[in-house]
Amino acid sequence: MSFVDILHIIIPSMIALAAPLIFTAIGGVFSERTGVVNIGLEGLMVFGAFTSIVFTLTFGDALGGLTPWLAIIAAMVVGMLFSLLHAVASITFRADQTVSGVALNFLAAGLCLFLVKLMYDKGQTDRISVRFNKTDIPILSDIPVIGDIFFSNVYVISYIAILVPFIVWYVLFKTPFGLRIRAVGEHPMAADTMGVNVSKIRYLGVVLSGAFAGIGGAIHAITVTNDFSHSTINGQGFMALAAMIFGKWHPLGALGAALFFGLAQSLSVVGGSLPFFSGIPKVYLDILPYVLTIIALAGFIGRADAPKASGKPYIKGNR
Amino acid sequence: MEYVIEMLDIRKEFPGIVANDNITLQVKKGEIHALLGENGAGKSTLMNVLFGLYQPEKGEIRVNGEKVHISNPNIANDLGIGMVHQHFMLVDPLTVTENIILGKEPTKFGKINLKEASKEVKKISDQYGLSVDPDAKIADISVGMQQRVEILKTLYRGANILIFDEPTAVLTPQEIKELISIMKKLIAEGKSIILITHKLKEIMEVCDRVTVIRKGQGIGTVNVAETNENELASLMVGREVVFKTEKKEGHPKQDVLKIENLVVKDARHVTAVNNLSLNVRAGEIVGIAGVDGNGQSELIEAITGLRKVESGTIRLNDKEITKFTPRKVTESGVAHIPQDRHKHGLVLDYSMSDNIVLQTYYKKPYSNYGVLNQKEIVKKAKKIIEEFDVRTPSESTLARALSGGNQQKAIIGREIDRNPDLLIAAQPTRGLDVGAIEFIHKRLIEQRDQGKAVLLVSFELDEIMNVSDRIAVMYEGQVVAVVNPKETTEQELGLLMAGSKRKEAGEVNNV
Amino acid sequence: MSKRTVNLLVPIIAVLLGLLAGAIIMLVSGYNPILGYSALLEGVIGNEYNIGETIRQATPLILAGLAVAFAFKTGLFNIGVEGQLIMGWFAAVWVGIAFDLPAGVHVIVAILAAAVAGALWAAIPGILKAKLRVHEVIVSIMLNYTALYVTNYLIRNVLTDNSDTTERIAETASLRSEFLSSFTDHSRFHWGIIVAILGAIIMWFILEKTKTGYELKAVGFNEEASRYAGMNVSKNIILSMVISGALAGLAGAMEGLGTYEFTSVKSGFTGIGFDGIAVALLGGNTAIGVILAGTLFGALKMGALNMPFEAGVPNELVDIVIALIIFFVASSYVIRVFLERKKRKGAK
Repeated sequence: MSFVDILHIIIPSMIALAAPLIFTAIGGVFSERTGVVNIGLEGLMVFGAFTSIVFTLTFGDALGGLTPWLAIIAAMVVGMLFSLLHAVASITFRADQTVSGVALNFLAAGLCLFLVKLMYDKGQTDRISVRFNKTDIPILSDIPVIGDIFFSNVYVISYIAILVPFIVWYVLFKTPFGLRIRAVGEHPMAADTMGVNVSKIRYLGVVLSGAFAGIGGAIHAITVTNDFSHSTINGQGFMALAAMIFGKWHPLGALGAALFFGLAQSLSVVGGSLPFFSGIPKVYLDILPYVLTIIALAGFIGRADAPKASGKPYIKGNR
Repeated sequence: MEYVIEMLDIRKEFPGIVANDNITLQVKKGEIHALLGENGAGKSTLMNVLFGLYQPEKGEIRVNGEKVHISNPNIANDLGIGMVHQHFMLVDPLTVTENIILGKEPTKFGKINLKEASKEVKKISDQYGLSVDPDAKIADISVGMQQRVEILKTLYRGANILIFDEPTAVLTPQEIKELISIMKKLIAEGKSIILITHKLKEIMEVCDRVTVIRKGQGIGTVNVAETNENELASLMVGREVVFKTEKKEGHPKQDVLKIENLVVKDARHVTAVNNLSLNVRAGEIVGIAGVDGNGQSELIEAITGLRKVESGTIRLNDKEITKFTPRKVTESGVAHIPQDRHKHGLVLDYSMSDNIVLQTYYKKPYSNYGVLNQKEIVKKAKKIIEEFDVRTPSESTLARALSGGNQQKAIIGREIDRNPDLLIAAQPTRGLDVGAIEFIHKRLIEQRDQGKAVLLVSFELDEIMNVSDRIAVMYEGQVVAVVNPKETTEQELGLLMAGSKRKEAGEVNNV
Repeated sequence: MSKRTVNLLVPIIAVLLGLLAGAIIMLVSGYNPILGYSALLEGVIGNEYNIGETIRQATPLILAGLAVAFAFKTGLFNIGVEGQLIMGWFAAVWVGIAFDLPAGVHVIVAILAAAVAGALWAAIPGILKAKLRVHEVIVSIMLNYTALYVTNYLIRNVLTDNSDTTERIAETASLRSEFLSSFTDHSRFHWGIIVAILGAIIMWFILEKTKTGYELKAVGFNEEASRYAGMNVSKNIILSMVISGALAGLAGAMEGLGTYEFTSVKSGFTGIGFDGIAVALLGGNTAIGVILAGTLFGALKMGALNMPFEAGVPNELVDIVIALIIFFVASSYVIRVFLERKKRKGAK
């Protein structure tokens, strides 16, 4: 098997697996940049996955090819709704943000499975039949060698996933909204004295994280697992969190890190069929993404600095 | 008479305390009006009400005669009120320009119009003589420039009434002079200024009228021309204040602390202590004068074992302690009252008794074979609480609940009780009321009279001059001069602190 | 109303609110909440078997709660209890199968092996946090998944010959007791509850009475001041995680030596580790609180199993209730404000 053939196997899988991570990690960036830690990304992905699958199963016949896109929008809305729980608890009720996030994860797992049992009378949904179609991206797929590997027979949504961080970078660093987000996350009192509504910005940050994480979960369910059960989302939310930290809370850094983790996941899925990896016991490939995450955090980041006000409720009058 | 600002019968409460108790403040147009009070008297709270950060429970605010309701800083800004905060409200990783425009960003098609912003900033900067580097990150600029950015923030929003909250706390005497001339220029351009301060000298020098606040209540307003420092001090504190601490002649003996050619790097691997030599003898108080950021913190961290020493030696009673761990240093006979009592001196969520044994909990009789002996701990705690007049409901009260002054007294009691040979006191009276300050100065002198060596670091020149037997001035990591407090002036010290040579300082008359 | 009373009322109110929310969800979903909750109650104390099983269920939950509480008390969030528990379970069963030791000794060695396994697994995030400032939450979560895959692999390839379930442990290593199960209608009630209570006593003793506990808490409250006071911050962070992990490993031993007497390949997490977080929170991170909260959760989980049978309600409802209880406890600020207002109104 030539090197190009190997890339042929790994790259598309890497990009497809990275797409949910990219969206979710971007969501994390929005939340944490305003100073709210969001461990609940995993739970928000679960909500997104659940919503998208149920939506597709319910409306798939009626809406045809448009369904996956609408399912993603539905997932986005549901993600935003449930992230409000975390927002209210952390911002208005001043809860410990880590604990609130963990509670969100429990709630997602419990509620979604409860609803699956309620609606379908079993612990796992059927597989969806309407999915994203793989296509060739016009023009780019005609480039020799690279076109074949990167731009042929891929999901469009994966490439939207790669574009989004660039848009977010622009918003975060070039617009007033982005400036205020960064100020609130570093020194909320300073922003407050400049008339910036700290609560509002934080709510927006958390709700945006819900939106993006919901989309991430939906993409994962529709492109990877094709159904919903208790094991649909297993660690992707946390991996996205790690990608965010690895990327130093920068949208482009998060993109790079998510692609890296996508690569690790890809190796664990397809590695068995690659000559290089066929002799290695599967367990090493299974734990690869997780161990790589730890090594990445320990080795590359060291003392990564989160936004200074991250994790602390903002209370007026605290000197 | 045109009052530009009137705050009438303002009442502001927080859980458990009345910060402003029916205070009235009236500021005339074009004057510099001082708001005088001790730490915790309620001055900052009152100004935060004016600035819209807090809402008063009762009372009325009028701007230029019209009644207004200031529910957030944006409204205050629209009314022309701007605040230059004591603890700078600047976002470190953002640039000077970004900090100035935050909240009122000029935009072009949704994007921040940086060109427009820079232009506007430069215009104001030139008009008022406030030089800044627009593209520098706040984390990288000097304290003086940071303060100018704070001032620019208010002017960018068209402030006509500027509130300065304790602006001179972090400045050298020279920078203070610069600030005073900036303030005079602002007045000349038609602004009005409210100056929050507890520094009597500055009030006498630059203000027109003073309103005094004590324990949340307005005491009265006086014309500066018709009063003096002593009277203001009495109004501020409510009794006669003695300024100079009683001190007998000292009889210093042998070297207790001897530092030679010390080189220490700070957290950013920049040399902070640069070949420093210093000695402190038994029975004397050596005060280190200097502006914050000239290596004092790193010096103390090196002595107490908290920071690595690059080269040089530190000797305690002729024993080398340069590489000792903090615990070994403590056990060698060094006591330390840290600069930041909340960060380094106490575990706020521990009881007072647990805090009192913070340095000694692992030794007999406080613990035996790993198990704590609560009886002994409580006994010691009670003793220190009584001896050092720590006002607390009981020794099991959490440290968090005590006032700053009482927390500090407990720390000092704990350190002195260990009978150290060397007592290091870093900013021991920061944020404390006059009564606590007197108490602490008395104890420091008492230690010196008992033959201990005391090393005092303070950013308050008054304190240094009052208490020390010898003054060492630190500038850029070195001791640039060692002077006798009786033979120097604040002005000379100020020049030394800013880096001028001693010879030049002696030649300068009145600037 | 003293601070103590408020501290006690908050978890109680949180539980009531959670149960209320659960009832609403049942109603909205077309179930009968009264039927649902009475099924729950029946499942807990309806007969001796249920009572025995409830205590059995509570045992690992208490230990998991102690693990989380210990870490919390010392300023750390041990979300890796699940992984440490799985490692402990594996280690205990391995000792139970692979060694031949006299009765009494065997079970103690197996329990200790579990504690050590959990402690070592927890030392990893502890060391990374102490030396490299890496946030222990993410490392622990990654290690949870790693533990799952690694133990599955070891079960298939080391403890058995490609089978999914190991053989039973030797009788000398088991925590089960004829005596205990006889008066609970042959439930799996085992001696582990003693280990759990001992664990609680040990945790309390270490934290409140020893010099080590003084240091661990001080470091958790204020690292800088602890450093100034001469404490070794690194060592204490690691020690904290290690003790917490040991408790988590013990929770795994309960399952391996008591509940099941074997271990098998798992398709997902046991959930005990995550429930431990709820238990610790509800118990206010105190030893006695954790025992009470752990018993409550044991009851909830046990009763939940009965709900599908007697009321047709999916047992996940209890998971939802637990999640909401955590939300309410975490947002206790609001409950406290409410109680403060009531106090003030009462005073007027």
